[in-house]
Amino acid sequence: MDAAARDLWNRAHSRVNAEYREERRRVTIDPITRLEGHGKIDVFLDEHGEVERAYLQIPEMRGFETFSLGRPAEEMPQITSRICGVCPTAHHMAAAKALDALYQVEPPPAGRKIRELVYHAFMMEDHALHVYLLGGPDFIVGPDAPPGERNVLGVIRKVGIETGRRVIAMRRRLRELIAYFGGKVIHPVLGLPGGVSKGLEPEKLGEFKQLARDNLDFAMFTNQVFKDLVWKNPDYVRLITSEAYTHRTHYMGMVDEQNRVNFYDGQLRVVRPDGTEYAKFPADRYLDFIAEHVEPWSYVKFCYLKPLGWHGFTEGPESSVYAVAPLARLNASDGMSTTLAQTAYDVFFNTVGAKPVHHTLANHWARVIEMIHAAERIVELVNDPELLSPDIRTLPTATPRRGIGVVEAPRGTLIHHFETDERGLIEKANLIVATQNNAARIAMSVDRAAKNLIHKGEVSEGLMNRIEMAFRAYDPCFGCASHALPGHLPLRVRLYDPQRRLVRELVQE
Amino acid sequence: MTPDHWTPRIVAFFCNWCTYTAADLAGVSRLRYAPNVRIIRLMCSGRVDPQFVLDALARGADGVLIGGCHPGDCHYVEGNTKMLRRFRMLRRLLAGFGIEEERVRLEWISAAEGEKVRTVINDMTERIRALGMLGLPMRFEEWDREMGHLEGEIRERATDLDPDDDEAGEEGEPEVPAAAQRPEASHV
Amino acid sequence: MSKPKVGFYWCASCGGCEEAVVDLAEDLVEVTAAVEIVFWPCAMDFKRADVERLGDGEIAATFLNGAIRTEEQEEMARLLRRKSALLVAYGACAQLGGIPGLANGFSRETMMRFYFEDGPSTVNPERVRPAPETPAHGAALELPRLRRVVRSLDQVVPVDYALPGCPPTPKLTRQAIDALLSGTLPARGSVLAPDTALCDECPRRDSKPTDVAFREFRRPDRTRLEPGVCFLAQGVVCLGPGTRAGCEAPCVRGNMPCSGCFGPTSRVRDQGAKVLSSLSSNVEPRDEAGIDAVLAGIPDPVGTFYRYGLAKSLLRRRVDLPNEPE
Repeated sequence: MDAAARDLWNRAHSRVNAEYREERRRVTIDPITRLEGHGKIDVFLDEHGEVERAYLQIPEMRGFETFSLGRPAEEMPQITSRICGVCPTAHHMAAAKALDALYQVEPPPAGRKIRELVYHAFMMEDHALHVYLLGGPDFIVGPDAPPGERNVLGVIRKVGIETGRRVIAMRRRLRELIAYFGGKVIHPVLGLPGGVSKGLEPEKLGEFKQLARDNLDFAMFTNQVFKDLVWKNPDYVRLITSEAYTHRTHYMGMVDEQNRVNFYDGQLRVVRPDGTEYAKFPADRYLDFIAEHVEPWSYVKFCYLKPLGWHGFTEGPESSVYAVAPLARLNASDGMSTTLAQTAYDVFFNTVGAKPVHHTLANHWARVIEMIHAAERIVELVNDPELLSPDIRTLPTATPRRGIGVVEAPRGTLIHHFETDERGLIEKANLIVATQNNAARIAMSVDRAAKNLIHKGEVSEGLMNRIEMAFRAYDPCFGCASHALPGHLPLRVRLYDPQRRLVRELVQE
Repeated sequence: MTPDHWTPRIVAFFCNWCTYTAADLAGVSRLRYAPNVRIIRLMCSGRVDPQFVLDALARGADGVLIGGCHPGDCHYVEGNTKMLRRFRMLRRLLAGFGIEEERVRLEWISAAEGEKVRTVINDMTERIRALGMLGLPMRFEEWDREMGHLEGEIRERATDLDPDDDEAGEEGEPEVPAAAQRPEASHV
Repeated sequence: MSKPKVGFYWCASCGGCEEAVVDLAEDLVEVTAAVEIVFWPCAMDFKRADVERLGDGEIAATFLNGAIRTEEQEEMARLLRRKSALLVAYGACAQLGGIPGLANGFSRETMMRFYFEDGPSTVNPERVRPAPETPAHGAALELPRLRRVVRSLDQVVPVDYALPGCPPTPKLTRQAIDALLSGTLPARGSVLAPDTALCDECPRRDSKPTDVAFREFRRPDRTRLEPGVCFLAQGVVCLGPGTRAGCEAPCVRGNMPCSGCFGPTSRVRDQGAKVLSSLSSNVEPRDEAGIDAVLAGIPDPVGTFYRYGLAKSLLRRRVDLPNEPE
């Protein structure tokens, strides 16, 4: 149709449809408001004005496990990526790996390496986002800086506008790499059972090699920034290691055959609060080790180690609570598979303390070490001649039945479990997302912060900030765990006296 | 219409060249058939867009009957074949929406088959009577009652909070029963 | 003259729409200089009290993403509608219900029972469920109620414009903001993207057969997808013909078919029915058995044709679900 005719056609249709719409429209009354769009923390005080208990509540769920039923399995990497638009690549990749297992097919080397390249680029840019924009303000600007300073602009003032530009440019280039293979960077489409949909054209390789080099420089630069501003500053190290931010729990992370950190593949390893190995198992045995507990006051389920049973929000050797995410990965491993990251890993444990490190805020540092690892893996991958092979996918032939896939998302272990009929239509889906693994420990951290900072009914000034710091270290993604606000969670804290009258309400924006 | 006084409502899309003519013939021949069908004449069953069927159901039809020329007799060569293909998929789609198969029916009825018009319409009316009311507009209202609930509560609170504020009542929107407040259901 | 106030808000969404706004990257700086962002919970201080203090219609435009699933989201939608001169449904979830809208194929009870009781990793012998009010320490912990039905934004409040996509592209977002600033927005009710089908801008359009005749539909799970060849010509379901253009076909560039996130063009009232019509009409067999055999290659019509648009379809939701309490 030529343009003029199409235009005429479109206009005629919009007129008809406008009339149609009007015909179907009914009056909608616009009321006043009542509720807050915030994560909620309710704090209960005892008769001495001390904190009995603080609750962090997550206000929504969407039900992906249910509405996946009946869908063709190959759609799952795209459907589940909509669990989270901040870490869509993690869901996409966990689902793609679950499809490999479901269809009993191994991707050829190029298919696997393209997935790994995309995945490490994603880990890198997501960690960079957190280090500089979300968690960074707490350290780079300083935990006691005024709230108005503790934001991106404050970071840029501290590290310089050039660094700000560098962060933005590096993230953009990494995201372009993801989009090259994945079509879209937010909700990529490359993952299929047995490999990927798109290979690498040789003429792109030079660009990606340059990106890999620049990116490694950037990771080392970030390490330097962190070193200069944080671990050379005894106050910060003291803050990181303070009891207020310490929980002695189990840790889980994925490791390779030598028990080194691996984001893409391997077995899940759990260490006890004393650092000894508790369990090591392939993803398809996750149901033997991981269980989810329900509380009536949150839509988020709380994971715990199943053989130990649920013992509440407790820590120590008798507790079944475990943590995931960067610190947990370092704790659950024996080292890193790349040299620069291994060096940083050693410095970390020499500075902060022996393994396992129980200090929640050390997650920020662990994240920087993981950035180095991701950057080194990207360099290895772009220099791998197999990456250019056009053989990117093994077509499945087996009858699908059950498949479990796992990756280490930026925020921790992520498990997708699908079962299908013989046509590959989903009959059961179960998802354990990173923040759920951490949910119990996050709840404990919030409770701890409240107990440390509220005494005799008096609230210390930095309460909101400190609570926020406690859970921001986990980089919690309640978008994943149910839905709420990725990274940054505006908070509302309400204090109730022993008569359960609301005595104070604080809002952290 | 309430379920108590309900009688099936069927929307029929008939092809101008065959089924519509047959319905005409049935009328001329004084064949009595159930009065539950509203006939819409189209030039070809191939013109029946699946959107028409869904829209008819969404607006309160209990069933939809599509009548076209016998295979091979289409005035436009293969409009009826296209309809058959869509119909096969549409049935599966409707099943996915929880709508019984028998509510949407495709029949080939030539211009000479006035008797078949009667049989089909009577049969379909009885089958739908047995299935009962589909009543989508009522269901939509029922679904949306949960929104009216919040509105009602909020209005109450507004009154509670501002007892002295005379304008609160006057400024409010006209009273509309909560159930009738279904917002538009079209694409923007 | 003061700068126009702009707001961003999210409801039942994944955060991808927020990332899409952040992906304006360097453009974002210009945009933020030209407008006053009054709230944006993911990136900036958000003071709801400030929003409430604003006059009705004082915000020039609010870009709201996400479907409406809880009473809390419904209420925020109503507040922002009142405060905003223009309310823009930003992204597929706000425009069409999006992926969360697929929940309209199931009852809330089914979803809750599996998630909190029957899931294989859930251990909940006492069948505890999240409750609107939980007694604790002599008080009540409150959670917003989940609605039975997932809704698009315009099923809750009137909407002025929609920016389609899962997520919308930075380019369309930028264009919309520019149009807003220069007062060149099209007629209210418009979707702020080209009103043509995706095939128009598809890099593979030249290989689209003029007369498609499907002998089979091949699912990507067991099919090697040919780069550069129209997916329909390969017998692979692609929603391009029934989907609005404007995304510039990134999925196709990633060698995967379109799944329809930009929703329909203005000529279509129900995207699913339209796509169904276009694909089914063009299968090759003429007899029932042959037709059924080909169509069996699309095993999940509701999920395929309404991947993003179930909540906004003419039927809105599976109609035979039990009647649950509100």
